[in-house]
Amino acid sequence: MEFLNEHVVPYFNYWVYVILLMIGMRAMITKNNLIKKLIGMSIFQTAIILLYVSIGTKSDSTIPILEEKDESAKAALTQTAESPQTSGDKSKGTDSGSGAEGENKKKEKPSKYAKAQPDRFANPLPHVLMLTAIVVGVSTLGVALAISQAIFREFGSLEEDEILTKIKQGGAGGDV
Amino acid sequence: MSDQLPAILLLAPLFGAMITGLVGVKDHRFCFPILVTSLSVSLACALALVFQVQTSGPVDYFFGGWTPERSPLGVGIQLRIDGINALVITVISVVALLTAFYSLRRIGEDNTEKTPQFYMLFQMLCVGLLGISVTADAFNLFVLVEVSSLTSYALVAMGSKPRGTLAAFNYLIMGTIGASLFLLGVGYLYMKTGTLNMAGIHEILLDPAIGHEPSVYVAFILILVGVWIKMAFFPLYGWLPNAYSYCPSTTSCLLAPLVTKVSVYMMIRVMLSIFGAEWVFQSLGWSVTVVWLAIFAILAGSLLALAQVELKKMFCYLIVAEVGYMVGGAWLASHWGMVGAIYHILADALMTLCLFLAGGIFAKQLGAERIDQLGGIFRRMPITATGFTVAALALIGVPPTAGFFSKWFLIRGGIESGQWGYVGALVISSLVNAVLFFRIFEIAFFGKNPPEGHGHGHDEEADPSSSAGQPTLFGQEARLTALVPLLITALLVVLLGVFHAPIVEIIQQALQDLPVVGVPTPPSDPTAAVNAIR
Repeated sequence: MEFLNEHVVPYFNYWVYVILLMIGMRAMITKNNLIKKLIGMSIFQTAIILLYVSIGTKSDSTIPILEEKDESAKAALTQTAESPQTSGDKSKGTDSGSGAEGENKKKEKPSKYAKAQPDRFANPLPHVLMLTAIVVGVSTLGVALAISQAIFREFGSLEEDEILTKIKQGGAGGDV
Repeated sequence: MSDQLPAILLLAPLFGAMITGLVGVKDHRFCFPILVTSLSVSLACALALVFQVQTSGPVDYFFGGWTPERSPLGVGIQLRIDGINALVITVISVVALLTAFYSLRRIGEDNTEKTPQFYMLFQMLCVGLLGISVTADAFNLFVLVEVSSLTSYALVAMGSKPRGTLAAFNYLIMGTIGASLFLLGVGYLYMKTGTLNMAGIHEILLDPAIGHEPSVYVAFILILVGVWIKMAFFPLYGWLPNAYSYCPSTTSCLLAPLVTKVSVYMMIRVMLSIFGAEWVFQSLGWSVTVVWLAIFAILAGSLLALAQVELKKMFCYLIVAEVGYMVGGAWLASHWGMVGAIYHILADALMTLCLFLAGGIFAKQLGAERIDQLGGIFRRMPITATGFTVAALALIGVPPTAGFFSKWFLIRGGIESGQWGYVGALVISSLVNAVLFFRIFEIAFFGKNPPEGHGHGHDEEADPSSSAGQPTLFGQEARLTALVPLLITALLVVLLGVFHAPIVEIIQQALQDLPVVGVPTPPSDPTAAVNAIR
């Protein structure tokens, strides 16, 4: 129980992501059916998306959209949207506190960030990145399905061992 | 105008691909002019950038005007061109343009209906590769890696050989694992540093409190393994031989010289720009281990190449060995090792292109896919055989070809850092290459001509009727559109060797901003030693 409270509950997302990653990896490497490999690939990519989304979220936060406020708050909010590390720290808690220090040292503009209220907003940058990653994943899957269709047309099968047998029968050069 | 060169470099092939999609589908005749135009624009931009970097230092470009003044946290996507990647993008554009001319006649024979699709993918691949070389944003790097990978999968699968589709599928699975691991590593880096800009990450990692955290090590290892899969480094090379040998000739001429080399450059970029040489070589301390992996890569690649009977397969295993050269050179933690690795990226791109062009012409004109079918090539196809010889001599490392100088720099780096195993592996690999190519030369000079009927006529790529029907001046020599790129490439391989001094100077100048720690930059004339032994 001690172990659960200390290491599993606070990092639940990260445990799930690692488990999903391993499931996906295993499917990609060991499955015989090409479509099952692709399902594994999707799980693998989704696990990484879960990691990124976990970086950006925190409890009691809302979407980062500008509200009707005075100019200074607006400027502060814009800064929030552009400052991933400020909000990222809060979500990560213990792990990246040192990261913010290094960042602030570098910046030399601490006054702007004092006004920002990063606690109220989820960090949008990882989410935006994942939109791109999802698009990449979808296009990979599309290309992969198209290729497996071509494989099925050539070999009449989607089982890897059957395809390899057919290639062997067709001669070493592979010209079936 | 000249401020926008880095953007034009990427946008020319991107718009070229779109226009090909719109116009080329209607009329296939438009495809080729669009391709050549867009690639020429890229090449002009690349050359102008080399000049600009030489005169006024590294060029920084911010997409959409998101300069550091407007977004102090580095949200904007930055392109950064220093001396090294200016050379890399020049080589990419040159190789792409030469392959474009080679494809003019070949592509119609490979697959007639899909010409516009092929040229769209061709240009998108160039966008991806050029983007990988110039971007200074870690996540953007991932996206561009995927742009180039997705197009490569499709290009490999487009061939008429049935096994090509399965090879493309395996390539896709491996490539996706590699790219995903890279993305995972970038995620860890982002967690620790809160930025995605390479220079920004580097600055924050300089702080030992952050730089020595376990998650940064995890991030580096994930990124490294991801990039190694993409570049087919020794234990992870499984996808490469099949993917490159079962795809159409034009595709292999495009992919083989570029994709692995650009991945090597990506690794060097990650090592020097993101993590910094000090972190990589001193905090991580993996230098010796990785160099030993590279030694295994060189030896395994060379020996596997020796065991092949198919010409293209042999070239593929040579690539595996060459990747070992570059990774080893980059990890020697010595100045000359890094210079050698970067110079070898340029040299190897041209040498590999030369080899694959010659191999493609042999396959097309003679139907010769195996080494023992190359009998009498010097008499029957003297020009192609000459080009092939130049590439072979460069791979063996005969002066004054580019291959000699890259090996010279790499060996010098190996001696500098006391990695004698690496030096030995380079020498052994050169000897194996010599055995490999002189075996081919022996067959070529003294071997029997295969019967005119082209015994292996079942090969779709080599259509005997088209070559046998039209005797030309030089026996069975190929068309000019194939010969001219081959000869230009062969000439470039020699020129890159002869004029290595200015190129090495550019690389050294760029390395002064990204110093390889441990060994001070030798200030004296870098080519004095090379000139001495010439």
